[in-house]
Amino acid sequence: MKLATTISAHTRRRYLYDVLFRVLIFSLCALAILPLFFIFGFIFSKGASALDLEFLISLPKSIGEPGGGVLNAITGSVLLVALASLMALPLGVASGTYLSEYRGSKLSQVLGQAVEVLNGVPSIVIGLVAYELVVRPMGGFSALSGGIALGLMMIPVIARSTEETLRMLPPSLKEASLALGASYSATLLRVILPAGLSGIITGVLVSLARVAGETAPLLFTAFGNPFVNWDLSKPVSSLPSLIFNYAVSPYEDWHRLAWGSACVLLLGILGLNMLSRWLSRKWRWY
Amino acid sequence: MSRALHIDDGFIWLLRILAITVIALVVAVAYVLVTGSAEAWHQFGFSFLLGREWDPIMDSYGALPFIVGSLLTAFLALLVSIPFSLSIALYLGEFFQRGRLSAIFTSLVELLAGIPSVIYGFWALFYLVPVVRWLEDRLGLPPLGVGILSAAWILAIMIIPFSASIAREVIRMVPVGLKEAAYALGATHFEVVRDVILPVGRSGIFAGIMLSLGRALGETMAVTMVIGNSNYMPTSLFDPANTIASLVANEFAEADSSLYMSGLVELGLILFLMTGIINLGGRVVIRRLSK
Amino acid sequence: MNKYVASMLIGLATASGVWAQGEILGAGATFPYPLYSKMFNEYYAKKNVKVNYQSIGSGGGIKQIMSETVDFGATDAFLDEEQLKSAKRPLIHIPIVLGAVTVTYNLEGVSSLRLTPTVLADIFLGKITKWNDARIAQLNTGVRLIDKSIVLVHRSDGSGTTSIFTDYLAKVSPEWKNKVGAGKSVKWPTGLGAKGNEGVAGLVKQMPGSISYVELAYTRQNKMPVATLQNKAGNWVQPSLQSTTAAAAIKIPDDTRVNLTNSDVKDGYPIAAFTWIVVYQDQNYSNRSQAKAESLAKLLWWMVHEGRAYSEALDYSNLPPDALAKAEINLKKLSFGNTKLLP
Repeated sequence: MKLATTISAHTRRRYLYDVLFRVLIFSLCALAILPLFFIFGFIFSKGASALDLEFLISLPKSIGEPGGGVLNAITGSVLLVALASLMALPLGVASGTYLSEYRGSKLSQVLGQAVEVLNGVPSIVIGLVAYELVVRPMGGFSALSGGIALGLMMIPVIARSTEETLRMLPPSLKEASLALGASYSATLLRVILPAGLSGIITGVLVSLARVAGETAPLLFTAFGNPFVNWDLSKPVSSLPSLIFNYAVSPYEDWHRLAWGSACVLLLGILGLNMLSRWLSRKWRWY
Repeated sequence: MSRALHIDDGFIWLLRILAITVIALVVAVAYVLVTGSAEAWHQFGFSFLLGREWDPIMDSYGALPFIVGSLLTAFLALLVSIPFSLSIALYLGEFFQRGRLSAIFTSLVELLAGIPSVIYGFWALFYLVPVVRWLEDRLGLPPLGVGILSAAWILAIMIIPFSASIAREVIRMVPVGLKEAAYALGATHFEVVRDVILPVGRSGIFAGIMLSLGRALGETMAVTMVIGNSNYMPTSLFDPANTIASLVANEFAEADSSLYMSGLVELGLILFLMTGIINLGGRVVIRRLSK
Repeated sequence: MNKYVASMLIGLATASGVWAQGEILGAGATFPYPLYSKMFNEYYAKKNVKVNYQSIGSGGGIKQIMSETVDFGATDAFLDEEQLKSAKRPLIHIPIVLGAVTVTYNLEGVSSLRLTPTVLADIFLGKITKWNDARIAQLNTGVRLIDKSIVLVHRSDGSGTTSIFTDYLAKVSPEWKNKVGAGKSVKWPTGLGAKGNEGVAGLVKQMPGSISYVELAYTRQNKMPVATLQNKAGNWVQPSLQSTTAAAAIKIPDDTRVNLTNSDVKDGYPIAAFTWIVVYQDQNYSNRSQAKAESLAKLLWWMVHEGRAYSEALDYSNLPPDALAKAEINLKKLSFGNTKLLP
């Protein structure tokens, strides 16, 4: 016996639309991530060939001379990101903790808004502000000003992830600790924060990945340096600013160094992302 | 016992101080922008916003070309990106909420979001700009390659993950009962999307779009590298231009008069306010939805 | 094991230059950057003093030295009286080398191009829009000029190179002088902007049909074609070490601020120019140490003496005797309070 052989034309059309729609959605999705493969493909194929020992441990040669490396940019990026984290970690974790613990209070509401505003500030404006607040008073460009600029950008991400992590912890944790007579600070420091550590660290790693690639805030703060520099009061180079300067130049060799730096940067960011994902899975306390 | 309380008090105060520091930092951002732009504001007033001539030689500044540049590239990017981000949102929020494929796809989209702006710009300079140049040549236009079109294109690629992730959450929040009812009545996927998900999730999706717009307006590096850096008002998509962000990036290090500096800071303030208001609007809508 | 770790750390530290003495920070012109980067690399190798030079354009160089955020500013557009007056304390200009602003272009199959001053000006005014325009063709019989739009590229940042180029155009074209004028940033009638000599060269290299003005070293290093220009004497001159040197054979004022464009010299290149380093005459400001001031003075002295060895390989012309003498006089004016820095 034939089942439902008479599907009306109307219904057939509806099914057709459905199929077309799903094909469309699928193609658009595929198209949307196509650039990802292009970008990664080009950067890794062109960049990998630039990655050799000289690239990693030597300084740039004078302009126009082939060879040289990007040690100044690699160490610069490390320094800037370390400075930024130093600043953003306490401020971000404290804010996130406060937001989760004192949810209704006036201060918490203002803080929440402030964090959201900070999150939306364009990176070039952060650079502008860091120039006025740090470079001008210091009388010069410095790694410190660059670190502060990046730190400002990290705070909201860390605060938000800390808040969300702590909020998701079962309240019984805190209650049990307090019931056993532990003080509030001990509860927070010894029970709550460690429980949420994986989420907090994830937030830190994510924010690190975000600022590691930032260039605009560093344009008039860290400025640049063809040498390796660990001195906080002096200008310092960074991988993103090197890529920016070298990419727009006509020098083939600089392009090669830029591809290599982009490769290193992407690997770093990828690594941070994977690390954060692995950590959040492994350290699930609850 | 009292020592523990003192530590507690101290600790809570430490938290409060750190929290207040963050608020103070945000206030400082606004303060710096407002005081820095005071000189330009006093000098030009509203004609700063409407003036078409950015003239460092005559020390006379009008920001309209850059405001237009910013809005034009951002809106164009938004328009181009919406179909893509909605598709991703529907795919992950409705059709494939679970499963291996979905997880992989989510990771890929997140990766897109993690690529630094300067790398996008680098890639666009070498691979998108030649395509636009070829297109312009075909159309008989001056084959610049760089310009608003290239900038909008790379911007579109960059903001897809943002509106996608928010839209996905919104779509997931559509009450399951509504969707199930529709499916039970024999609706196709397309019809459920068209008649249930989109209408119900409309405001949330719109909020996601707004947040994307805020992001697009603030983008600096990728745009600077492919927009052609011309300080004149763009009259077509193929014209070179400058956005507020790219102009500040270009000229800040050499602003030699205090009025010039102040003009650039005022531009920064305008950008801050634009993105701030748009982001606030988006957040308000989302908050209302999750209530 | 410990010895291994220790020697690795020492090696890393040496590579990172931790043992280097002091550091000098300069910023400014991209015009001499190929030479400066070579010079500063050599200076570090020979004297173990790091010089951090950021090529942000002459406009940036002037701004940063005025803001005292750098030890020296580099510019090819010397400060005028008004700017000098607005400085907090006296500045001196030290000429370092001479360079040439070439007109470079990207046109397939065309490796040599002749342009008269008026044709050049009209191209940049936007009056000549196609490469196969009759006025270009008649100067270049035998060259296959295709029907392509001319795309102009100019500097998006405040540039000494722009200043030199527009100064020349203003001298040879009254229309340019009226409509656009000369300066570090001008209102270009048309065209794209790019940052630094590097950015402009990069864009021209990528864009068929484009034309712009770029310092000679960049075009040489990147094998980009340059136009042959007709100088004031009517001769066709290619930008080169020789033609730059020829253009410099004039007497310059004591403060060394002079424009060499549209040179009268018979085989002088018409768009040659000095490039300067600008410093404060009295180095005792903003808590600077005497050691730092001495280090800076030594660097500048070295640049115009031993540093000369590196110029010609990069097609920069060294200071002729008169200019060198005046540079030395200006250098000797450098002081720290009451102590002269150079004997």
